[in-house]
Amino acid sequence: MSDKPEDAPAPVAAEAETGVTSVQRVAARSGKFEALLLPGLAVLTALILGAVFILAANPISRGSWGAIAQDPWGTIGTNWTVLRDSYVALLQGAFGSPATIGEAIRAWQDTGETRPLLDAFRPFAESLTISTPYIFLGLAVALGFRGGLFNIGAEGQLFVGGLASAFVGYSLTGLPWYVHLPLALGAGMAAGGIWAAIPGFLKARTGAHEVINTIMMNWIAFRLTDYLLTGPMGRPDGLPITPLIRESAFLPALFPRPMRVHVGFFLALGAVLLVYWFLWKTTWGFEIRMVGANPRAAKYAGVKIARTIVLTMGLSGALAGLAGASQILGVDHQMVRAFSSGFGFDSIALALLGNSHPVGVLLASLLFGFLRGGAARMQSVASVPVELIRIIQGMVIIFVAAPEIVRGLYRLRAPRQKEAQPATSQSG
Amino acid sequence: MPPILELRGMTKAFPGVLANDHIDLTLAQGEILALLGENGAGKTTLMNVLYGLYAPDEGEILVRGEKAEIRDPNDAIRRGIGMVHQHFMLVPVFTVTENVMLGVESMRAGVFLDRQAAAERIREISGRFGLEVDPEAMVEDLPVGLQQRVEIIKLLYREAEVLILDEPTSVLTPQEADELFKVIRSLVAQGKSVIFISHKLKEVLAIADRIVVLRGGKVVGSVPVEQATEQSLAKMMVGRDVLLTVERKPAKPGEAVLDVADLQVKDDHGHPAVRGITFQVRAGEILGVAGVQGNGQTQLVEALTGLRRVESGRILITGQDMTRASPRQVEAIGTSHVPEDRQRDGLVLPFPVVENLVLNTYYAPPYAKGALLQEKAIAESATEQVERYDVRTPSIYEPVSNLSGGNQQKVIVAREFSRPTRLVIASQPTRGLDVGSIEYIHGRLVEKRDEGAAVLLVSSELDEILSLSDRIAVMFGGEILDIMPGSAATKEQLGLLMAGVRQPAPSAA
Repeated sequence: MSDKPEDAPAPVAAEAETGVTSVQRVAARSGKFEALLLPGLAVLTALILGAVFILAANPISRGSWGAIAQDPWGTIGTNWTVLRDSYVALLQGAFGSPATIGEAIRAWQDTGETRPLLDAFRPFAESLTISTPYIFLGLAVALGFRGGLFNIGAEGQLFVGGLASAFVGYSLTGLPWYVHLPLALGAGMAAGGIWAAIPGFLKARTGAHEVINTIMMNWIAFRLTDYLLTGPMGRPDGLPITPLIRESAFLPALFPRPMRVHVGFFLALGAVLLVYWFLWKTTWGFEIRMVGANPRAAKYAGVKIARTIVLTMGLSGALAGLAGASQILGVDHQMVRAFSSGFGFDSIALALLGNSHPVGVLLASLLFGFLRGGAARMQSVASVPVELIRIIQGMVIIFVAAPEIVRGLYRLRAPRQKEAQPATSQSG
Repeated sequence: MPPILELRGMTKAFPGVLANDHIDLTLAQGEILALLGENGAGKTTLMNVLYGLYAPDEGEILVRGEKAEIRDPNDAIRRGIGMVHQHFMLVPVFTVTENVMLGVESMRAGVFLDRQAAAERIREISGRFGLEVDPEAMVEDLPVGLQQRVEIIKLLYREAEVLILDEPTSVLTPQEADELFKVIRSLVAQGKSVIFISHKLKEVLAIADRIVVLRGGKVVGSVPVEQATEQSLAKMMVGRDVLLTVERKPAKPGEAVLDVADLQVKDDHGHPAVRGITFQVRAGEILGVAGVQGNGQTQLVEALTGLRRVESGRILITGQDMTRASPRQVEAIGTSHVPEDRQRDGLVLPFPVVENLVLNTYYAPPYAKGALLQEKAIAESATEQVERYDVRTPSIYEPVSNLSGGNQQKVIVAREFSRPTRLVIASQPTRGLDVGSIEYIHGRLVEKRDEGAAVLLVSSELDEILSLSDRIAVMFGGEILDIMPGSAATKEQLGLLMAGVRQPAPSAA
């Protein structure tokens, strides 16, 4: 997957033969390293700064500062313990505890009992479960970015995708799973795709900005959900929840309950490959990237800009809709009003952090998924509110969006400006 | 008297390359020194070192015989050294006065801007050096030539004694360039000194007192202007003999490939830009379209290539009606288009060379099967074209933004010329390129003609038009004033037509 054509490593040709300076060549190569280094450092910095918030939030830490004059080393020790416990809790919440896992394996070997094993691996599985919609949504926004479009409406597309797949999931009966499940997934994709294609069409036709219109479509999606759940799609007893979907539409779980991780995770991995393949190996993907990188050149090259914009938005929305479908069919099995806790909005951060590359998005999604997965344990064990994770996520975004801060902190040299560029016809 | 500025042994290395290799340079007071060299010769690096933007690895700077430590542009300006960059650093929505004051505001009572006093000084400076700039004018309303003067005023306002002008004519029309030369002469007449960076031989010969030629980071020559000729300078710059005039055999025109009748086109604001143009380009000939930039040439080319809507009239290419055709239809019928602005229209800069080479042919065999890109075929063809068109790039996977302007243009030429075409439309094909690249591109255009293609060459460089065209059309105000045989045209005659003066007896085409 590393052979993204844009930064494929440049085999060094005979120095003297090339008209390009070595500086430029080094810069081109270090661009790839930086693409990994900067987000990595951004995450590290955010975790370090997160410590400040942990100490501020933790009651033991707060109580310890009164004694700093009498017993400075004791105070520092106390705070160190708090920090260590918090991050250990975060890690254990995200990945599971090695001790528990060890015990569970021994118990399984001794007695053949699998229940402890499931419990021990549950945190890890749970983190993967949370990562699943993140991957779809991050891909959705990244695809838009590649096409030069800022799809802020992933959250709304997620909702309509969820609604559509829930409807197909509970209303159709008597179908075998191999018909019902693809239908339900397809309904979610179609709904999300259409929802996003509308602002795409408006942009292509009238030039209306997609940021404004995708935000508006979000509100329509939220209120539509309220209406449908309290009315046509609600339960007969009046609760604002849809009926449960049929088992024939379930995305099968990978393990018995309480593990929730489901086949959708592999669908998400497949989507990563598919989006990569689509963007870099097909003519449609080439057109999308061309329009995104230089619409004037795309027009010169004969690409139909308007059609490409609608296509990009539609595909982006379809991926977001698929996230909704995967949540409904794999995890929730019914649609509720508080369907998503901002997954769609986080996805903008994922695309940024992942540099709009499918593999980058995958890594970013796993990171966010595991942070969210560990947060609950951190709250219960170390009395650090789950919101801390939001703060850390926020800081990651700031550092990714403003790489100068990270470069300054770690004394990294900025990529050199291109040297001695000729006078081209910028004006005229 | 010591020279006003002296550089001794300036050396600046970037990883793997010596951009400046022990460069010595002196500038006398009241001198115009031209720094000549191809792109990448180290001119800009040298000036950035002098201006405090790069720290030199070795060497020293002496100002009036005293060693000077220049760490940033503020140091430079304190020592009386100022630079006008290729791309202006002006706030478009500020007035001239506000732009000039920015950073060195004069104050009243410590808190209020004293625009009056500043405007007064600007008027005084402007009058003294013949700059003719209105201090109250909004910068965005000024033509490029005057914006450049605002940059010069900024330096004079800060009492610069040495003015460095980096490729100052690259953004100017020939007339504006002449005006700039007058300004430069009046600057040195009053004791200022000027370093004039350029890669254009003619203008260096026209303005400089002394010419220093850089090649590969070294000074390869320093000659008084009287002892220099275009040929000798070109040889120093490139390191070999250069053909400054294009060798070409008489044209053997065939049937009309491009046939335009009464074409009318509007510009982006809906104003008529092309007003009823009729002409033909025949197979095996080059028709040069001369004219000052902005007389409808851009819109004409866009209309011919399907990028702009035609209001009325008719375009036939190889006999087929292309009046309402899309860019792809025009391309598919056998048209090559070298666009006016290569970075804006002709390339996708972040994309690698290999993708830029199939920018408009990616959709059809052999580069695509259905919707699948055929990477192997694309890469093979790219490798071959990079070789054949001498594109200097470390690899076909290098982002095209990392290439020099000349090599970027070669990428476009390779893409447009390597497929079989009957019509070539080349707009400003050598703008901003160095001598070697210009020679190369001219050669390829003539080669296309000799292969039997019809070539439409649009250029605002009169020399280019004169040396390449079999017939010359002059555009003014959206019309073609005259079409004449290239052999019969003189510079004076074309200059008059370009200024809109019609000839009493139009010559036959």
